[in-house]
Amino acid sequence: MIDLIPIAADVKAPEIDYRELSPLLALAGGSIVVLMVGLLRSPFVRRVLVPVLGAVALITAIGLTIWIWEPGDREPIIQGALSMDALALGTSMLFYVAGLVTIVLSWRARAPEEAGHGEYHSLLLGSIAGMVVLAAAENLMTLFIGLELLSIPLYVLCATELRRRTSLEAGLKYLVIGSVGSATLLYGLAMIYGAAGSMQFGEIAAAIGGDELSATDPLLLTGVALTATGLAFKSSVAPFHQWTPDVYEGAPTPITTFMAVATKAAAFAIFLRLFDHALGLTQLDWAPALAALATATIVIGNVGAIAQRSMKRLLAWSSVAQAGYLLAGVVVGSELGLRATAFYLAVYLLMNVAAFAVVVARERVSERGDDLASFENLGSAEPWLAWPMTIAMLSLAGFPATAGFIGKFYLIDAAVSGDYTWLGIVIVVGSVMSLAYYLRVVAVMWMGRFEIELPGPPRRVVRPVSGWSPEAEARAQPEVLLIAILAAAATIFFGLWPDPLFDAARDVGSVLTGLR
Amino acid sequence: MTIHLSIVLFLPLATGLLGAALPRGWARWSVLAGTLAVLAYAIVMLVDFDSGERGVQYLTSDEWIEELGITYTLGVDGLSLFMVVLTAVAWVPCTLWAALREHDRPRLFFFNLALAETAVLGAFMAQDLALFILFFDLMLVPFYFLIGGWGSGERVRATTKFVIYTLSGSLLMLAAAIALGVLATPDGGEISFALADLEQRPIAEGSQQWIVLLFALAFFVKAPLFPLHGWVPETYRSTPIPVLALLSGVLSKVGVYAFLQIVLPVMPEGSQHWQELFIIVAVFSILYGSILAFSQDNVRLVFAYSSIAQLGFIVLGIFAFDDKGAQGAVLQMLNHGLVVVPLFLIVGVVAARAGGSESVRELGGMAFRAPVLAALFLVTTFATLAMPGSANFIGEILVLFGAFEDNLVYGLVASAGVVLAAVYMIRVFQGVMHHRAGPAVESRELARLDLAVIAPLVAVVVALGVYPQFVVDRTERSTTAAIERAAQIGHAEVSAIR
Repeated sequence: MIDLIPIAADVKAPEIDYRELSPLLALAGGSIVVLMVGLLRSPFVRRVLVPVLGAVALITAIGLTIWIWEPGDREPIIQGALSMDALALGTSMLFYVAGLVTIVLSWRARAPEEAGHGEYHSLLLGSIAGMVVLAAAENLMTLFIGLELLSIPLYVLCATELRRRTSLEAGLKYLVIGSVGSATLLYGLAMIYGAAGSMQFGEIAAAIGGDELSATDPLLLTGVALTATGLAFKSSVAPFHQWTPDVYEGAPTPITTFMAVATKAAAFAIFLRLFDHALGLTQLDWAPALAALATATIVIGNVGAIAQRSMKRLLAWSSVAQAGYLLAGVVVGSELGLRATAFYLAVYLLMNVAAFAVVVARERVSERGDDLASFENLGSAEPWLAWPMTIAMLSLAGFPATAGFIGKFYLIDAAVSGDYTWLGIVIVVGSVMSLAYYLRVVAVMWMGRFEIELPGPPRRVVRPVSGWSPEAEARAQPEVLLIAILAAAATIFFGLWPDPLFDAARDVGSVLTGLR
Repeated sequence: MTIHLSIVLFLPLATGLLGAALPRGWARWSVLAGTLAVLAYAIVMLVDFDSGERGVQYLTSDEWIEELGITYTLGVDGLSLFMVVLTAVAWVPCTLWAALREHDRPRLFFFNLALAETAVLGAFMAQDLALFILFFDLMLVPFYFLIGGWGSGERVRATTKFVIYTLSGSLLMLAAAIALGVLATPDGGEISFALADLEQRPIAEGSQQWIVLLFALAFFVKAPLFPLHGWVPETYRSTPIPVLALLSGVLSKVGVYAFLQIVLPVMPEGSQHWQELFIIVAVFSILYGSILAFSQDNVRLVFAYSSIAQLGFIVLGIFAFDDKGAQGAVLQMLNHGLVVVPLFLIVGVVAARAGGSESVRELGGMAFRAPVLAALFLVTTFATLAMPGSANFIGEILVLFGAFEDNLVYGLVASAGVVLAAVYMIRVFQGVMHHRAGPAVESRELARLDLAVIAPLVAVVVALGVYPQFVVDRTERSTTAAIERAAQIGHAEVSAIR
């Protein structure tokens, strides 16, 4: 007994930089507090206090993130487990904003009511914490932990509308396919570890740069391929995107919003860090493969969206296509590509939030749910909803004077500068294809009644997601309207004055040294 | 460094926004006041413009998006000045025409009309490639809404087709433009899309070739030229009249204008490479447009196909790489815009007197009790078919001179277009104004207000016919400068072969 004490003293505890870890602590603490408070029975506590506490946790995290924000290459913390640099912090800002939006959109939604407010918000904060870990992961182990921490709460959140079959179905589908993705990823990570002999990104890069390991080592490349596949599942890159439309459609719409913008940002953050940093020297080997994936994703996503009547499915397919555009920024493996991807992620968040907020607003009051028909004549009926949707659609399509235009410009710029001019042209061709469905949404809203011509059999009937009742406070959703208008206004603002976002993107671009 | 161009540029948009905030009935007058102010400004600029000076004037240059090398650079030279004037002149009668009629959701309608003017003016004033593309694409948004929201027939289908066609071209151009900017950036230099910088930074001929081709694709779709005119019939059929007048009269000029202002000076070798192809496209368009114009029954479509032929003439003049040809092309750009606007407004007047019919077969006898209408139509018809005494005559002669200098065969084929123009224009005029009156036709004189819309435009057409030198003097310098480099390369190649 006495002997044990000196031995225990010899085990060196990792040094923890609590300052840099603080946003994560805020999230984890918030998650626990929210869960506990949610156990109280009072309706006021559950409906008001819990969401407010969740929002407080996120706002605290935002404040702490701004406090520790510093551009440039940063020393990883906790023995090289996490790197709270501008790439991690910048993308985590997107997660926090997406989280806040989700909390606001869930305010009067049915999902937290059925699943329990405490659980719902606690899971949401937990998922965000997972995203932050993933975006900051500096070794293969934290990468996997982050990915699972982000995914498992999301599987549950998808199924939180307990009395709707499609919601449960979405949760199960996401769980099964997500697990396949995780398994593939884990297998790939193991192979990379086997080849490089280290978990640390920095050491993997050094091993590939050294004499021991050739950049074309078959074990390493197989590992890279499997890892890319696993991440492609998460970021819905074709041909691993099949779950996206079903899950997006089935999940409660606030959760769909969250998945569409935050999960994608997290997946791309780790895409950038792993491929451009740890595997940067094998760029010549994986870049053509990723470029091919990007092309396939752009084409498949845009073609898939054309035949959709359900707005949520349409936006799901559109998010597949957008993942293809984003991948172009990863492919080039340059600092410009890193910046362009980060910039586009921010823009992507704004336009999708605007679109999804309008969908939330519509499906609460319309008998047709998220079907295009419930958007008919919205332009004259409710211009304040129609405008944000119009701006979101035009921005997603890449019209000028919106942030989407600048974002695409930046990505094409990165592609061309990285000697992938053809990929830039693929982005452009994809944008042209996307006009077919984005413009249809605009036409439905503004150009009067007309039968929407759609190929294929009618979709299965899905009950309106958030339920409809005449007594429902049909117009009592100012918070949803506010989110839609704010996001749309920001889309226009950053389309005309993108400098603030560029500054942030430049900081993000400065974190990975040794890029072209 | 002046602020004048920025004022002109954003004035329509400002009045459009103001109109959107005002009560329903007032939006039209707000926007109309904006177009009038732009016209006044344009006339003052026309007077003030120093035609002896080389390069752009009223230069406004500011950093905008540094990260991407996009600057906010506006300026006008002789060429863009007249395009700005054309825009200002065309927008006033079309807005007035619209203001005299009732529309659904008038605030949105007039806001779109105003936004469209700002976008078109921006494209003509931009001295930065990325800024030009931004405005070039932006003008699609208001036109998309105007055609889809207030058009007739299959309007949604038509407007979607129009936007997809046009944007396919211009997004490819966007990719090409970014490639141009990146390739032109010297090692360690900052990327820049300012035209002045791009002209100083030549890129390899091989890259120029495909970049020019993608640019041409965008401009040919917009113009439209054969075989990229697939959107024309449906769009022309569905677009409301005042919008159609602008679409055909002003928007079609943006692409060809950009050839002179951007493509030829920045990428002379690439332009020279495709000269033959583009001339063939132009000649085909002249023949195809003229023949189809002759066989159409709908008056709008006659003018639509005649526009294809006219734009063919313009491109022919530009790519002859000859001073006279280019000068003729510039004159034609202006002339075509000025005649097409009253022509379409007259179509609107005529259709209103024939129960909405626009078919040559069903119309007729319209001149019987409407001599003023007939006279105005006759003058514009003669101007369109390039009757000697009209500015169009001078323009087409100059273009043909240029074409003959370059290649005899193309010149001869293109001349056939002039003859055909006479045939189809006179056919329409007779079919509408003379012949036996159709069943639904009611011959009625122009309303005073409509007269006030159309007559000044016709007066401008006549004035230009009397004194085309006014335009030639002021544009000569910039036109010559635009084709200078491409022409030099052409001559050098020819003498090398000899």
